[in-house]
Amino acid sequence: MQTGPGDNEIIDRVLRGEQALYAHLVKRYQNFVFTIALRYTPNREDAEEISQDVFVKAYRSLADFRGESKFSTWLYTIVTTTCITFLRKKKVTIHSLDNEHIFEAADNQNSAFKANQVEQKSKAKAINEAIKLLSVDDARIITLFYQAEQSLEEIGRIIGIDPNTAKVKLHRARVRLKEKMERYYSEIVDELTS
Amino acid sequence: MSKQQNIEERLWEYIDGRCSAEDRLFINELIATNQEWKTKYQELLELQNLLSHELQLDEPSMRFTQNIMEAISKHHIAPAAKSYINKRIVWGIAGFFICSIIGLLIAGMAQVNWSAATTSSTQIDLSKLNNVNFSGFFNTTYTTIFMMINVVLGLVVLDMYLNRKKQAYRNKEAS
Repeated sequence: MQTGPGDNEIIDRVLRGEQALYAHLVKRYQNFVFTIALRYTPNREDAEEISQDVFVKAYRSLADFRGESKFSTWLYTIVTTTCITFLRKKKVTIHSLDNEHIFEAADNQNSAFKANQVEQKSKAKAINEAIKLLSVDDARIITLFYQAEQSLEEIGRIIGIDPNTAKVKLHRARVRLKEKMERYYSEIVDELTS
Repeated sequence: MSKQQNIEERLWEYIDGRCSAEDRLFINELIATNQEWKTKYQELLELQNLLSHELQLDEPSMRFTQNIMEAISKHHIAPAAKSYINKRIVWGIAGFFICSIIGLLIAGMAQVNWSAATTSSTQIDLSKLNNVNFSGFFNTTYTTIFMMINVVLGLVVLDMYLNRKKQAYRNKEAS
């Protein structure tokens, strides 16, 4: 729940010279921005570098925020472009986890995991780990919809697609997430459906 | 699309509240009467609850906000794009291209032998279009000179515009 002055009010005041107030916006959105960046790169240092870059870019372009969309939507658009540019510069390959070999590797890791830990895993941990097994596209759309609370129209604007395409992508991402849950966290899924 | 996929898709729309009132009533009834729909609905609802309430946000390091505030203290907020993009320049460039295209079309049309087309039968002979002599039009020395002058003028205007922008930024930095 948002407390304190609204985003637009803070932006107005920052634009009028109260630079220190920008810290409120950073604190309000840093976890969202960092989580989205982590969907692109598993490396926390890289994700933090991207997130810092996003907030600096957003600050420099603050005068261009016209308030036609939510500040968060505008900010997440910067996150998306910054992540893509960063990965392109670093030439990091985004692996699709729909790849057979990666599934095999995950299976091997998972057998040991299952034997020791699954029973103690909470539902929350299971769902958070299952998201990490998804492709970047799937994890990103789920994060934007459920964690960043963006509507399909806003998601469309952030990643540059039609809202209907966003709806289809979200549906597919949920189907694949459910498959991962059933495959790797079957005990928890059974517990849920029983 | 398989039956299962169709059920899931419709149920997600129902859960997200994006289906029509008519569909909602129909799905309500299916959930109440059909075991397959009921089981699938409960499954998806559990997943929805997990996604809505159990997803955790990752946190950056403790110094994150401080690092950003230190970084932005070295920067200024750039002026809004609309304040320095001169619409007259944009319209001028657009006008130049539109005039060029219209000029080319008129010159091309003037070279077509229209009487040759009217003397033929009712069918249009598309090969007549080859009568337009584009090579003669583009290869003349005058055209080359015209294009070169345009390029040079374009570069001069761009240079003036960028210099003005740079000067304005310096003035702002100094003040």
